Amino acid sequence: MKLKKVAAIFAACVMGMSMVACGGNDTGSTDSGETTETTENTDSAESSDDSAAAETTEEPTEEAAAEDLSGAIATGGSTSVEDVIGSLSEAFMEEYPDVDITYDPNGSGAGITGASDGTYDLGLSSRDLTDEETGQGLVATTFALDGIAIVVHPDNTVTDLTLDNIKALATGEITNWSEVGGPDAPVVLVGREAGSGTRDGFESIVGVEDACVYEQELTSTGAVMAAVAANPNAFGYVSLSAVDDTVKMVTVDGVEASEATVQDGSYKIQRPFIFVTKDGEELSAQAQAFVDFATSDAASDLIAGAGAVPLA
Amino acid sequence: MKVKNIIERVMNTVFFVCGIISIAAVLMITVYMIIAGIPAIREVGLIDFLFGTVWASTAAEPKFGILPFIMTSVWGTLGAIIIGVPIGLMTAVFLSKIAPPKLAGIVRPAVELLAGIPSVVYGLVGMMVLVPGIMNLFNLKSGSCLLAAILVLAIMILPSIISVSETALNAVPREYEEASLGLGATWIETIFKVSIPAAKSGIVTGVVLGVGRAIGEAMAVMMVAGNVANMPGLFTSVRFLTTAIASEMSYAADGSLQRNALFSIGLVLFIFIMIINGLLGLVLKKGEEK
Repeated sequence: MKLKKVAAIFAACVMGMSMVACGGNDTGSTDSGETTETTENTDSAESSDDSAAAETTEEPTEEAAAEDLSGAIATGGSTSVEDVIGSLSEAFMEEYPDVDITYDPNGSGAGITGASDGTYDLGLSSRDLTDEETGQGLVATTFALDGIAIVVHPDNTVTDLTLDNIKALATGEITNWSEVGGPDAPVVLVGREAGSGTRDGFESIVGVEDACVYEQELTSTGAVMAAVAANPNAFGYVSLSAVDDTVKMVTVDGVEASEATVQDGSYKIQRPFIFVTKDGEELSAQAQAFVDFATSDAASDLIAGAGAVPLA
Repeated sequence: MKVKNIIERVMNTVFFVCGIISIAAVLMITVYMIIAGIPAIREVGLIDFLFGTVWASTAAEPKFGILPFIMTSVWGTLGAIIIGVPIGLMTAVFLSKIAPPKLAGIVRPAVELLAGIPSVVYGLVGMMVLVPGIMNLFNLKSGSCLLAAILVLAIMILPSIISVSETALNAVPREYEEASLGLGATWIETIFKVSIPAAKSGIVTGVVLGVGRAIGEAMAVMMVAGNVANMPGLFTSVRFLTTAIASEMSYAADGSLQRNALFSIGLVLFIFIMIINGLLGLVLKKGEEK
C-alpha cells in the first residue's frame, strides 16, 4: 500500500516536472528576434505585367519536373500576405508532396531583410521595394494585388472622398460628415486591431500610421462590415473582396474600387504583394517552381479565393 | 479477498492520480504564466507597464502601458456587480421565498437556460440590439462602449448569483423565519433581516463566481466594447484585459515584444483573479467565524 502510494506520487511528480519543463522550453525559444516593420506609400505595381506574361511559357517545364522537386522553401514577411501564401503553398504542396513550405508572418520589413541576408528563400512584402532596397540588389516579383475598399453606412450620402479627405477623417481632423458633403453627423472610424495587414495597408497607403482615431477596433473583416452596417456615422476599411451590399463603398478620387481599377492602378488604395529575391542569385528548383506557380494563371483563383486581386 | 484488496489499491491510486492531474494543471499554468509574462515586464519596466496609459503595440515607437485595460476591467466588473447583484439576489429571494411553486417552476429553468447560453451569443445580441439601442438612447456617435459591456456582463453573471444564492436561501432553517414571524415581523422584514443574513456566505460565494465570470469574459465584451485602448469612461470605447490579449494574439509575431507583452497581460489578469479569490475567501472565513 505504502509503496504504491510512493510510486504514484513519484510518477505524478515526474509528469508535473516534464510538463513544466515543456512550458519552460517553449518560452525560452521565443525571446529573440524583434520585428520592425517599415512602411512606405505605394501606389501602383509596375512589375506586374512582365512577370505574368513571362509565366505562361514556363508551365510545361514545371509539369515535367514534377517528380523531382523536393526540399524546403523558407518564406516569411508581411502578415497581409499570409492567407494568400497559405492557400498557394497548400495547393503547391499538394502537387509536390516532397516540398515543404514554411511561412513566418512577421512583417514586410522582416521579409525583405530575410531575403537579403538569406534567411528566407523568398521574402514576402506587401509594399514595393524602395530605391535603396533595389540598389542593394533586391528584385521584386509581383504576384498579386490588394485593394482596400472604404465603406460607409448605406444611408450616408457621401459618395466620393479624396485621399486627403480620408486622411483627415481618419486622424480626427474632420469630425463631421458635413465637411465632406455628407449629412450633419459625427464621424466614427471603425478599423482593425493592431497588427492586422489590412490596417497596416490602409494606414500606410493613406499616410496615417499610428495617427488614426479609432472608435472601434475589431478583429475581423466581417466584424468591421457588421459595425459599419449598424452605425449610420461609421466608416471603415475592408479588403475589396469582402464588400457586399450591407454597406456602401465610396469612390476614392472619383475611382470606384473594383478588380479592374486595382489591376490598372487607377484605384489608389491598393498595394502589391511581392516576392523579394536577390538579383543574379539563382533560386533553388523548388523555390523557382513556387514563384512560377504563384505568378501563373492557375494561381489566379487561389489568390482571389484568399481575398486578394490576381494580376490582370 | 486478495483480488478485492488489489482492486482497492489500484482504484486508490487511480483516484490519487486524477487528483494530482488538476493540481499539476494549476501548477503548470502558474509556472508557465510567470515564465512567459516576466520578459516583457522586465523589458518595458514594471511601473511603465502597469501604470502607462498608452498602448500602441505596433507603432513605430511602441508603447506598452496597460493601465487602460486594468481600469476598464475593474470598472467593468464593478459595474456588472452593481447592476447584477441586486437583480440576482432579488430573483433568488423571489424563487426561494415568495414565488408560488408553479411560477418558480417556470422562472428557474429560464435562469438555468441563461447560464447555458454561449458567450458569443450574448455578444451577438449585444452587438445587434444593445449597441444600437445605447447609441440612440443617449444620442452617441457610436454605441460600442463600457456601458454596453457592463450591461452584457451583468446579465451574464445573473445565473451564477441566482442559483447559488437560492440554494443558500433554501438552506436557511425554517425555524429562524418562523421565530421572526412569531415575534411580529412581516414576511419582507424576515427575508431581509433573517433569511439573507443567514444565507450570507452562500450569497457571497455566488458573487465571487459572478466576479470570476465577469473579469474573465472575453468574447462577449469584445463584440460590444469597441476595443480601443482608451482610459475607461461610461460612453467611451474601451478594451478589457481579456480582450487586449484576444484581439492582438493572432497577429503578434512569435518572440516579439508585442507577444511577450500579451503574455504579461495574461499574468496580470491571473494575479488579479488570484487576489479576488483570496480576498473573498477571507471574507467567507470571517463570516463563518462569527
